[in-house]
Amino acid sequence: MGRVVLVTGVSRHLGGTLARLLSEHPDVDHVIGVDVVAPPHTIAEAEFVQADIRNPVIAGVMSSASVDTVVHMGVIATPTQAGGRSAMKEINVIGTMQLLAACQKSTTMAKLVVKSSTSVYGSGPRDPALFTEDMDPRHSPRSGWAKDNVEVEGYVRGFSRRRPDVSVSTLRLANIVGPRISTSMIDYFSLPVVPTILGHDSRLQFVHEDDGVDALITATVNDRPGIVNVAGGGMLMLSQAIRRAGRASAPIAAPLMPVVARMLKQSGLADFSSEQVRFLTWGRGVDTRRMRTVLGFEPRYSTVEAFDSFVAAHHLNSVLPPERAVALEAQVIDLLSRRGDRSA
Amino acid sequence: MPEAEVIALDPEGRGPRRHVDPAESDLPQPTGWEGRLASAVGFVRRRITGDYEVDEFGFDADLTDSVLLAPLRPLYRHWFRVEVRGLENVPAEGGALVVGNHSGTVALDALMTQLALLDEHPAHRHLRMLGADLVFQTPFVGEISRKAGHTLACAPDAERLLRAGELVGVWPEGFKGIGKPFSERYKLQRFGRGGFVAAALRTSTPIIPVAIMGAEETYPMVGNVPWLARALGLPYFPLTPTFPWLGPLGLVPLPSKWVIEFGEPIRTDDHGPAEADDPMMVFNLTDQVRETIQQSLYRLLVDRRGVFGD
Repeated sequence: MGRVVLVTGVSRHLGGTLARLLSEHPDVDHVIGVDVVAPPHTIAEAEFVQADIRNPVIAGVMSSASVDTVVHMGVIATPTQAGGRSAMKEINVIGTMQLLAACQKSTTMAKLVVKSSTSVYGSGPRDPALFTEDMDPRHSPRSGWAKDNVEVEGYVRGFSRRRPDVSVSTLRLANIVGPRISTSMIDYFSLPVVPTILGHDSRLQFVHEDDGVDALITATVNDRPGIVNVAGGGMLMLSQAIRRAGRASAPIAAPLMPVVARMLKQSGLADFSSEQVRFLTWGRGVDTRRMRTVLGFEPRYSTVEAFDSFVAAHHLNSVLPPERAVALEAQVIDLLSRRGDRSA
Repeated sequence: MPEAEVIALDPEGRGPRRHVDPAESDLPQPTGWEGRLASAVGFVRRRITGDYEVDEFGFDADLTDSVLLAPLRPLYRHWFRVEVRGLENVPAEGGALVVGNHSGTVALDALMTQLALLDEHPAHRHLRMLGADLVFQTPFVGEISRKAGHTLACAPDAERLLRAGELVGVWPEGFKGIGKPFSERYKLQRFGRGGFVAAALRTSTPIIPVAIMGAEETYPMVGNVPWLARALGLPYFPLTPTFPWLGPLGLVPLPSKWVIEFGEPIRTDDHGPAEADDPMMVFNLTDQVRETIQQSLYRLLVDRRGVFGD
């Protein structure tokens, strides 16, 4: 049986990479990539269809190509990429509703894979150290991308109730980093002086862009229904990440943070939503046991390795690279041990 | 074949950066004060380059051992002259729940217990404490608590730590315990809602009662200013014989002599995890733990030769 996969959001990095790799996958016959603008990069043998998922046209595309699998990558994280927050919300929420409406009508549809985010757990002082997939947020996200993801997941749940015959996999990805992807977190760590929240140091988890795509491919070509957290192993503290990136941090008192965030936003240096400030204040951790047992996926990069790959690709850490620091320490130890020998 | 320099290169050139820690290499290592200086240099290098690990709770063992607990050690040894008894009741490995009485206005008793287990237990165990919401909401305090290995008192975290084989510490009296007036010293308050017992039952880990004598007299709370506490968002605003009358000097604790006594473990594995959902069972076991600690305290107080003397 031929397998026809429709991927939304292929003009952005992750969606495009996924479409390209799926088109080269032996278990997949045909890939249709959908987005409002043509992808700036090659998507290999995937067929590009210029369409807006907010438009019922998408239903026609699905039935004419008899699509059996839909991978929804069309949830946009950065308002600048969508042309403003209201346009972003429109694409994320209305787009998902339209897409799911088309999926519900489809007679060939057998599988839905949705890229969501661990931001649906929110972030706050009363959070458990690690969220498992069945825990409810203790501080529900109230705005921005995180709230869009919560709404998208809500519609996906509704869809899976109405179409129990369709296998639904929802992947909640931790913050994606890597040498090529551009996200608001990448912009943040690229600032020469990184603003942090005074008196707080948050726990961060990252997933490497290649692992994120691989996890989505695993969910697409296999039948692994359910909600699964995806993150690289281990944790990185915000202060530690800033040091590994060779940046200086500027702790700012929490009440002043909105002012600084607005200034950064206006200067175009980094996009600082209130949601992101909450995340940088309280951090978040997710449990990834189901990623291994249910999805059967093991990331190649740990959280630290994923972050380091981004630092290396952007040549951020140039003042005191770790190799130089280690060499310096070895010199000091050598000097001290020789001194010790002489005095002994 | 010429001998090539060994560089750990990832075949795809995008793996993690790796290097040998000079303190763990085969190079000759200095001793004496040079050795101490060398390890300090190593510590600073690891901090500056972010080359250290934290666990999933944010526990930073390197920082805790070298920096956070260091200023407490003189207090432990010379000021309170802490005497530890019953360390053999604390297992060398595997999960266990340490439950103690809480007192003394500031939670010094919890920190001294952490230090006792790290420095004096043969297995040098880290005590992972469960703290109140307020601890983690407060800037600096919350940050340092997480780095010192503490986490929020909630069932998922308690069970995760116990399942991972960690030694978990709880002070179920909470603020009712440390913020009680001096006249009620060594009278145990209500033991929360028994959540800690349920966590131990669910994970079949033993409960180790610990009685701490001496902490009550460090900052004797003779009064409370409720309106000031409300204004500052604190559970109480303490008045002690020295605070706030003597200013910063009032922050110096009184040098009481301390005894920390670990009691015999109370087993939970003969009950079965399902009994964690039986409230009567949980209440009874909670009372048993509370009564054990109260009796140990009374016994310690009877044998006490003086509040400040040895």
